[in-house]
Amino acid sequence: MGISDILNRTHVAWMDAQGPESDIVISSRVRLARNLRAIPFPHLLNEKTGAQVIAQVNQALKTSKNNISRGLVLVPFNQLSSLDRSVLVEKHLISPEHAGNPLPYRGVVVNDEGSLAIMVNEEDHLRIQCVLSGLQLNQANKYAELADDSLEESLDYAFDEKHGYLTSCPTNVGTGMRASVMLHLPAVAITNQTNTVIQSITQLGLTVRGMYGEGTEATGRLYQVSNQVTLGQSEEDIINNLWTVVIQIVEQERHLRERLLKEMRYQVEDRVLRSYGILTNARMVSSTEALSLLSDVRMGIDMRILPEVNRQVLNELLVAIMPSHLQKAFGEEMEPMQRDIRRAEIIKQKLNLK
Amino acid sequence: MYCDECKQRPATVHITQFYNGKKVEMHLCGECSAQKGPHILQFGGGFFDGGFTLPKLLGGFFGGGAPVAGKAPLAGQVGVHVCPGCGMSFNEFTQVGRLGCGECYATFENEIDPILRRIHGNYRHLGKVPTRSGGKFKLQKTIDDLKAQLQAAIGNEQYEKAAELRDRIKELEKQKSNYQGRG
Repeated sequence: MGISDILNRTHVAWMDAQGPESDIVISSRVRLARNLRAIPFPHLLNEKTGAQVIAQVNQALKTSKNNISRGLVLVPFNQLSSLDRSVLVEKHLISPEHAGNPLPYRGVVVNDEGSLAIMVNEEDHLRIQCVLSGLQLNQANKYAELADDSLEESLDYAFDEKHGYLTSCPTNVGTGMRASVMLHLPAVAITNQTNTVIQSITQLGLTVRGMYGEGTEATGRLYQVSNQVTLGQSEEDIINNLWTVVIQIVEQERHLRERLLKEMRYQVEDRVLRSYGILTNARMVSSTEALSLLSDVRMGIDMRILPEVNRQVLNELLVAIMPSHLQKAFGEEMEPMQRDIRRAEIIKQKLNLK
Repeated sequence: MYCDECKQRPATVHITQFYNGKKVEMHLCGECSAQKGPHILQFGGGFFDGGFTLPKLLGGFFGGGAPVAGKAPLAGQVGVHVCPGCGMSFNEFTQVGRLGCGECYATFENEIDPILRRIHGNYRHLGKVPTRSGGKFKLQKTIDDLKAQLQAAIGNEQYEKAAELRDRIKELEKQKSNYQGRG
């Protein structure tokens, strides 16, 4: 299989819509930052020292006893086009910063399911990430730890007893762990509760961001909540803290949806059905508009205003409508207008509700 | 309290930020905070770190040791010594917001620990220990765990178990003193 399969299909593991709370929690991610001993951090690398990192990681993948990483291939960026790198960004497998600077000693390792992605020579030598569907922080943590252990069989990590895993930026030192979840919170947004929710979350040492776009009502009402502190807490504590907060946000969202149905049924139904109407009839739609309308439709399905639809299809749509995925599927450069037309077609095809 | 921006609506969002060790407080209403949102709440970063220029922000944040404009730091002052691992000085770190290599943490320990305390509220690692580079630490962690179990066993009058634990601890202590690993 290899990376070409991942690049040529839309689906990766986090879109499964299988884990707990997967109606509201789209995905769970755990990322571990690791660096190799005695080699400067990536921002000080040159072609020679960069190649050393690549060689050591290749060796670790080849010789690992654990089949979680054994046989995986490190794809250097000089073998990936700019479009392919953007496709990986849109799938949330690599960061825009990583994709945007295609140094020859940068690269990526992805498993067949797309549940494990390792960025090589991004801000740290290794960024081991596991992304799963729904609220599966513990499982994502276990998976990332296993991948970490299997690489560590042959890699010497930069680590000291006091500061833990040493990272390029002091905001990541210690566990090197960033755990996060992507949440769909339409009722919180519609009822203008976003600020209150964000305030409470930040007071608990967590960070909230809109997944797409800017402003308090993030496009598609998709938010990412993650831990901020990486030092002085164990990995389990970080995961448990985040989990506890996420469960409360999920409950709040469910509660607000119930209230909306009780107190504003007509307005909510009207909004959902209008959005569905646009998506199933429009000839052209921009990605921002599509994300926003898809959010209404997803909420409408969750609230049984619209008939049940496989949520995997909705998750895949989030990515399939992005510019690079459209271009990849189309096979050539597309003008923005062509993309809007193609996007409208794809959505209509996929949202074929009975 | 009224909003610092519009001075009309009541302030419902209270933000405290630290710049160069100075505390800056803002009290905003919902609407003004929404407008300022991208700056305050780090919106738009997507799934990954970043979203705003972190090194720049950190540069200010870490600025404890940064030289005053037009005034070169004197030898022996913070920021002058250089990491033997990568050649980076503490001043360079405050400018780019990134350390140069693992050794920087030990080299600039005195400067970095207060920063770590500011960021994390702590500067001691409590999490996972790698098997290879952390062999000795891992052993110590196991010993500490066993010692706690030993205390519990004695407390519960499980003397047979306590004896077993004591023997295991002895054995591990011996391994530790023979440990040829790094660190």
